[in-house]
Formats: sequence, C-alpha cells, structure tokens
Amino acid sequence: MTLTDYLILSGLLFSIGVFGVLTRKNAIAVLMGVELMLNSANINLVAFCKFVDTGVSGQVFALFSIVIAAAEVAVALAIVIAIYKATRTIDLDKEDTLKG
Amino acid sequence: MFSFIEHYIWLIPLLPLLGAATNLLIGRRLSHTAVNVIAVGSISISFILSVLVYIHLISLPVNERHFVDTVYTWIGLGSFQVGLSFLVDPLSTVMILVVSGVGSVIHLYSVGYMHDDKRYSRYFGFLNLFAFAMLLLVLSNSILLMFVGWEGVGLCSYLLIGFWFEKIENARAGMKAFVVNRIGDFGFIVGFILLFTSMGLKTGTWTLDFGVIKSNINLIPVSVLTIVGIMLFVGATGKSAQIPLYVWLPDAMAGPTPVSALIHAATMVTAGVYMVARMNFLYVLAPDALRVIAIVGALTAFFAATIGLVQNDIKKVLAYSTVSQLGYMFIGVGVGAFSAGIFHLMTHAFFKALLFLGAGSVIHAMSGEQDIRKMGGLAKKLPITTSTFIIATLAITGVPGFAGFFSKDDILYNAYISPYGGKFVWALGVTGAVLTAFYMTRLVILTFYGNPRMDHHTAEHIHESPKTMTIPLIILAILSVIGGYIGMPEAFGVHNVFAEFLSPVFASNFNLPEGSISLEWMLMGVSVLAALLGIGLGYYFYAVNTELPDKLAEKFHTTYTWLLNKYYVDEFYLKYIVGGVMKLKDILALFDLGIIDGAVNGAAKLGRKLSEFDGAFDRVVVDGAVNAVGDGIISAGSILRKLQTGLVQNYLIFAIIGLAILLSFVLL
Repeated sequence: MTLTDYLILSGLLFSIGVFGVLTRKNAIAVLMGVELMLNSANINLVAFCKFVDTGVSGQVFALFSIVIAAAEVAVALAIVIAIYKATRTIDLDKEDTLKG
Repeated sequence: MFSFIEHYIWLIPLLPLLGAATNLLIGRRLSHTAVNVIAVGSISISFILSVLVYIHLISLPVNERHFVDTVYTWIGLGSFQVGLSFLVDPLSTVMILVVSGVGSVIHLYSVGYMHDDKRYSRYFGFLNLFAFAMLLLVLSNSILLMFVGWEGVGLCSYLLIGFWFEKIENARAGMKAFVVNRIGDFGFIVGFILLFTSMGLKTGTWTLDFGVIKSNINLIPVSVLTIVGIMLFVGATGKSAQIPLYVWLPDAMAGPTPVSALIHAATMVTAGVYMVARMNFLYVLAPDALRVIAIVGALTAFFAATIGLVQNDIKKVLAYSTVSQLGYMFIGVGVGAFSAGIFHLMTHAFFKALLFLGAGSVIHAMSGEQDIRKMGGLAKKLPITTSTFIIATLAITGVPGFAGFFSKDDILYNAYISPYGGKFVWALGVTGAVLTAFYMTRLVILTFYGNPRMDHHTAEHIHESPKTMTIPLIILAILSVIGGYIGMPEAFGVHNVFAEFLSPVFASNFNLPEGSISLEWMLMGVSVLAALLGIGLGYYFYAVNTELPDKLAEKFHTTYTWLLNKYYVDEFYLKYIVGGVMKLKDILALFDLGIIDGAVNGAAKLGRKLSEFDGAFDRVVVDGAVNAVGDGIISAGSILRKLQTGLVQNYLIFAIIGLAILLSFVLL
C-alpha cells in the first residue's frame, strides 16, 4: 500500500462527502456528508504522518480533529433540533427564511 | 402796560388745546367737576389773556398796533418759511375776544345742558378743541397756518354735530357738514396755491405770510387776483354757509344745542367772513370778486330768510336765520365795508349765541321737543329764558337801540352807497330784514305766548333752567343790548369807535364814497320801518288773526311747499350732484373692473401659465432624472437580491465554485 492509495481513498471519501452535502435534502444527511469530508482529512493526516514525517504528531492531530468533529456534531444536531422545533421540518429546501 | 403779553400770544390757543388733550385722554377718569374746571377754565383764561391783549393794544399808538409772535419755524425750505407765528392786530383781537368770550359763555352753559350726558368729558374735549382751532385760525400769521385752523374747525364740527351718533341722522348730518366743507376747502386750497405760485413766479417771493403778501400784492395782475379772490370765497361759502354750500348748516342742528350756538355764533361760520376781511388787501384790488361776494351774500340773506318763514323746528328757524345773517356779513365785506361786516359778525355772535342758548333752554324745559307747533305759553314758566330771548329777537330784527340795529344798518348803508353793492343788493338786504323780523316774531309768539299746545305730561315738567344756563343767557343779553354802541354811526354825531379801531387793518388806499348825513338818516329810517313792518306783520299773523297763516298756506300751496322743503335744494344736490358723482363712480368702477382689474388679472394669469410650464419642467425633467436614478437602483437591487436565496446549499455551491476558480488560478 503506497501513499497514493491512501490519498485516492481520502479523495474519494471527500468527494462523496461534498456530494452528500450539496445534494441531500435532509439536514442530518448533510451533516453525515460533512463527517465524511472530515474523516477523509483525518486519513490524509495519518497517511502523511506514516509515509513522510515518521513521528506521531500527525496522528495526534487526527485525534484532536476527531474530538472537535464530535463537538461540532453535537452543536449541529442541537441546531437541527431547534430548527425542527421552530418549523416542524428539517428539509433544507424549505429553510429559506434569509432569502433576499 | 401788559407789554409782556406780546410774547405769550401762543398761550391763547394753547390753553384750550391742553384742555382738549386732558379731557380727551384722561377725562373719563376725572369727575365732572374736574372736567368743568379744565374745560371752562382753559377757555376763560384764554379770554382773560385776550382782554389783556386788547388793553395792551389800545395803549399803543394807532399805527403801531400790530405785532407778530413767532414761536418756532414750522416749515423752513430755503427762503420759504412758514412759522408757527401769531399775528395780533385790531382785527384778530376783535376775533379772539369774540371767540374766547362767547366761547367761554357757551362752555359754561354746556355744564348745565350736558349734565347727564354719558360722554361728558369727550364733549368738553371737543368743545375745547373747537375753540383752539378757531383761535388758531384767527391768530395765524400765514394762510397755511390759518388753513390748519380752518380744517380744524371743520373736523370739530363733524365731531360735535355727530356727537350723538347713535342716531344715524346725526351721524349723517356730521358727515354732510364735513363733506360740504371739503368742497369749499378745495376752492380755498386752489385759491391760496394760485396766489402762492403766481406771486412766487412774478416777484420771486415765495411766501404765505399775510404781511409779505400784502406788500407784494400790487405786482400780481388783477385777473389772477380776481380768480384767487373768488376761489378763496368758495372756501368761505363752505365754512360760512353761503349759497350754494349752505346746506350743511341747517342739518348741523343734529348736534347738542350749545354746539349749534358755538358753530353759529363764535366759531366756524364766522371763519369765512374773517378770512375775507383778513384778505381785504387782495379784495380791494379785485372788485369783480367783491361784487360776486356782495351778490352771493345778498341772495343768501334773502333766500335763507324766505325759508326761515315756514320752518317749524325752533332750531331750524334759527339755523336759516344764521345763514341769512351771514349773508349780511358778506354783503358788508363784499361791498368793501369790512369793518361793518366784522361789526355784524360780533353783534351777531352775541345775539345768535343767546338765541341758540335760549332755544336750548326751551328744549331742555320741553323734554327735548323742538317743534314750535307743540309749544306756546312758555313765557310764564320760563321768565329768564323768555326775556333774554326777546332781547335777542329785538337785536336780530334791528330794533333801534339793540346791537343788531347798528351793525345791520351799517351794512345796509354801505351797501347802498358802495360801487360794489348798489340798490339791488340793498333792496334784497332790506327785504331780508322784513322777513327776518317776521319769522323771529312768529318764533317768539308761537314759542312763548298763546295757548300751551304741548301734551299734559310735558307741560308738568316745564321748569326754568339751572343757574349755569341762565347766567350765560343774562350775560349775552346784556351784550346784545350794549354791544352795538361801540359802533354807532357818525350820523349820531359820534365817532364810530369800532370802525376806527379796525381801520389800521384795512387798506388805507380804499375809501368808500362819502354819503350824506341825510341819506344815512333816510336809509336808517327805511331799516327801522322794515323791522317794524316785519314785527307788525308777524304779530298780526300769529297773535291777532291766527287763522290767516293757514289760509295763506292753503292759498299759495305751491309756494308754501317749496319754502317748507327749502326750495328742494337738498333734493337737487342729492339727485344731480351726488347722483352725478355716483354715476361717475359707476363709470370709474367699470374702468377699474375692466382695465385695471383686467391688467392685474392678465398679469396673474400669465404668471400662472409660466409657473405651470415651470412646474411641468420640474416634474418631467428634474423629477424624471431623480426618479430614474432611484428606479435603476431598485431594479438592479431586484436582480441582485436573487443571489440571496436563503438556502445554505446554494451558498456552498458558490463557495465551491469560487474555490474551484481560485484553484484553477493557482494550479494552472
């Protein structure tokens, strides 16, 4: 397994995440896409750490990122619940209150 | 003696002016007593000062009896100077004595007569103002200052005739007096301005002072002087109620009776006679003007007397007798006998004031009734009024021994011998004297004798007037008797003191032809016969054969109606003069509406059109530009706002597209 294989994997994951974020109507699904994009970045961090740097700093970075992603998901889900309470839906196409 | 008075002449008119100012400004807050003291006091002090002036004047040599007291320069334009200066000479001295003397008596009488009036202080203020204006008129040293007084008496007559303005007739009478006087004043203004300019152009002396005019008068052509004289006389016909401007005087009866006395006796109407006498140096050079004055005077004396024959209002009879007597004064000054005219002015002031005050006393007793047909038998109840009234009647009719006899005789004698008068004027005067005697006798008999004709209620209230009213009557009665003796004719073998006193004023180069003593006696006899004839006829008509007047009135119905309606002169004036003015007014109104208003409206319309165009430019171009900018911004905004969809995913797409573009720059 070379570095390139890891990068391709992470690139595929990132692309799937972006696609999900842009196309899903459901807010939860969009959040899931965001998680895919974050994790593809984590794979990159770990892969570069193993093949280029030889230390453990990249892995530590990945751990920090996972923790922060957890916090981010907690906040995001709370927002989604609040939106649901206010509008009785989490369909993003219908959430256009800020339309100009 | 009293030479200090030369520097205090200004006090004589000033005191009544101060009295007027006080009473008009703060009089309402003063008690009646205070008002009386101010009003009667001021005019009385003026009278005392006038007496001092007289005493001082006679102490001087005859040719020095003339001085001017200049207070300050009123108008000073280079060499043209009009001073507030007072001229004292025998003529003005006689006038101030008459005005302030008779004026004081009338003021005193008013205290009783106006006792219950609600505008008491205002009445006395006006009365004082009247006296002030008249004193200013007679004392002034220039025509311009005289004109101020001249207008002042006109104003005061308006104020006092319309004093009881609650009744519209009274207010109208006041206006009539004022307007008729204004017509005369117009002539007066034209006269003195013509004199002023022609003298200025001819001699280079621009002046209105009597003295300077007098010394330059010879340089002006006679034709100009004649016109000036006649124009000034037009002014006099207005003030002194001569044909054709006499119509205001009978209506002036609307004022309180003492005012009538003041207007008819002491002030106002004598102004015209005084003016002609004052301008004697002009008139002697303009014989045609003198002839006009004499003829107008004679006609007025006659026609006013005929109207007086049939009037039934006690004051109306007296009013027409005043017009008639003023006619005599104008005969006097018109035939060149200036001192005779002034003499009659003075005696007339005494007896006419007495007649009016007596009439006031009668009206007072009759609770305001003025119709002599509703009087009668008052002699027993009003002894003082009756006796003084009879003395005045004897004086006005010209019974020998009373004041009117001497003055009227003086005038008629001069009218007969003067080249400006002649037999026609004299005959009119004598006929007028018969008529005067007749209507005065009629007035006395109908008022004071015969059976009482008033209703029971009025009869019970008849009482003699209070002392403040009877004392003036007695004073004037005494003057009406003795006033004539200062001017006794030379036929009596004495000097005519009055004429001699006045002679320095009147042109020395002008002498009437000498009549003979026998002619004078004869004319005097005719005058006396005329008076007695009039009295006899009056007595016969109204005391003996009392049905005769009514029969005659029925027989000569047309004549009677004409007389009763005063020859319809008022109606004629109303229809043709006032009507003519009204027509002119309509034409002028049309001109005003059509042309002036048209021009104004046209200008306005043009302005409106211009502003409409301007407004359109504003709306279309200026507003269009402003709105276009706004609209552009709005439409740009409405396009751009669509970017703001409110959908999170759209924003992300934009972000990614932006990222892609950035990356493409970096990588490629």
